[in-house]
Amino acid sequence: MTYDLAVVGAGPAGLAAAVTAAQAGCRVALLDAAPHLGGQFWRHRDSSGAGHRAWSVFATLRAALLDSDVDYHAGAAVWAAEADPPGFVLHVEGMAPVVARHVLFATGTHDRSLPFPGWDLPGVVTPGAAQALLKGSGVPVGRRVVVAGAGPFLLPVAVGLLSAGVQVVGVYEAGNPWRYLYRPWVLTAARLREAAGYLARLARRGVPYRTRHAVVAARGTGAVSEVEVARLDRHGRPVAGSARTVACDALAIGYGFTPQIELPLALGCATRLDVDGNLVLEADLAGRTSVAGVFAAGEVTGVGGASLALVEGRLVAAVVALACGRPSPFTELELSRLLSRRSAERRFAALMHQVHAPPAGWVSWLDDRTPVCRCEEVPYAAVRAAVTQLRATTGRAVKGLCRTGMGWCQGRVCGHATAALTAHLCGRDLGPADLETFARRPVAQPVTLATLAGEGRTDRFPDGGRPGPQRVRPGDVSPRTSADP
Amino acid sequence: MSGRSRRRRPGPPAPTFTFQFDGRPVPAAPGQTVAAALWAAGVRSWRTTRVTGAPRGLFCGIGVCFDCLVTIDGTRNVRACLAPARAGMRVTTQVGVGDDV
Repeated sequence: MTYDLAVVGAGPAGLAAAVTAAQAGCRVALLDAAPHLGGQFWRHRDSSGAGHRAWSVFATLRAALLDSDVDYHAGAAVWAAEADPPGFVLHVEGMAPVVARHVLFATGTHDRSLPFPGWDLPGVVTPGAAQALLKGSGVPVGRRVVVAGAGPFLLPVAVGLLSAGVQVVGVYEAGNPWRYLYRPWVLTAARLREAAGYLARLARRGVPYRTRHAVVAARGTGAVSEVEVARLDRHGRPVAGSARTVACDALAIGYGFTPQIELPLALGCATRLDVDGNLVLEADLAGRTSVAGVFAAGEVTGVGGASLALVEGRLVAAVVALACGRPSPFTELELSRLLSRRSAERRFAALMHQVHAPPAGWVSWLDDRTPVCRCEEVPYAAVRAAVTQLRATTGRAVKGLCRTGMGWCQGRVCGHATAALTAHLCGRDLGPADLETFARRPVAQPVTLATLAGEGRTDRFPDGGRPGPQRVRPGDVSPRTSADP
Repeated sequence: MSGRSRRRRPGPPAPTFTFQFDGRPVPAAPGQTVAAALWAAGVRSWRTTRVTGAPRGLFCGIGVCFDCLVTIDGTRNVRACLAPARAGMRVTTQVGVGDDV
């Protein structure tokens, strides 16, 4: 059975694409590693929608999906993708490979972290972790919580915690949101209303929202008990003498998001460096990547939020429907509205990335022992020595010399920081090659050796589940990826 | 996206079963992950690192960072943030890669 379209990721982009393409008459498979639909944006534990943004959009999409003949697989982690002309084969943990003529990667993002002394203490988590803990399991991350980093996402995280009865001690934003007013025409009424709503709720509860401030250290015995907050100057460097200590039992900190692009990278899709310093997929207005038949939508084409992801998912579905000889799911008017919505959202995203850029001075708050790579426990001193003493000039060389990005997470957490540190220590700008070193993962998800050997598959494929050929070459297998069962 | 966050979030789900963590019972609710149940019980770390023996627990919360690895029913290197809590499971602190447990 060959699908017209296989969609990887059931967040806003993937869900919108799968539903739209199926409604146009395409045969669609939707694969997602999580047990629930909705991705990180609509992660939920019940159907009340409490605390969620745009829940009615999700409810509509979910109903449409259940009403359609999309083959939706929950808990289906795609660990490899390969071209198999005229289509593609996706290898999925625990089920037979999925074959499709077109494939859409809507794999979303994870939090982007910058190291600082104490960031490996228990109780220091990403904003996404605080959100997932609350939305997914109903557990607040602490009783006295500091929310810090950069980006609009800090606001819903802080407000979500307030709603759960948590004391939010402060929200520290490294960027300067007043800079949004440099280009006010990019802001929509909905965005302003949303931000104003969050800020009003913080103000009502007496939660300080400090801009151009950063957490530069966390301290505690066994777990975080206090953080050090410093004011940042115009260049994002901590102002001497401005540091003060804030007591807390949890810190949620992150500097934007990193798109997950290992699968399209493995298929040879071209990339570009986005405004926010992320390596993202090169994609045209309709989500076509540089590889024919491979599409991208949502955060993987540049972090821009759920509204943009929904639009991009629909656009891809329209193109795939036409390519499969189906009627367009949209009228010309609807299409032009989607395209202009996409442009508006992209303009906003570009401004957002400028406003909330990682502070340029973050290197100054590292000390020699600050771990850069959490998995391999590589301290900053080792990364610096790789460049200054061993003369490494690329992220790849640094990785090879001191093992940053070689551990369990395969560079997902330290990749951006190591790439940026390498460029900084070499006295040059961050380049796409630095980032690509940490974004390439031939095996995209942890899999068991039994899976690699083509054994132990369970028959969950709705179409009879005939096991397809497993085309893994021994050289593709990293022993480390066999760690997680 | 329109603001939807005004509705009050329901409180933490009521625990209906327990599992063992290093020999003591931890209450959990259906749908909770092992990490969430441990966190709700006040546990902040359930692994020590290979090199420095530093305590680690939850970090990314979505299965990306592998910091929350734990041993469940003898299977090591399980991501606690993804593993659903189940009644009677035996969860143990993982030392390093778990070889020596």
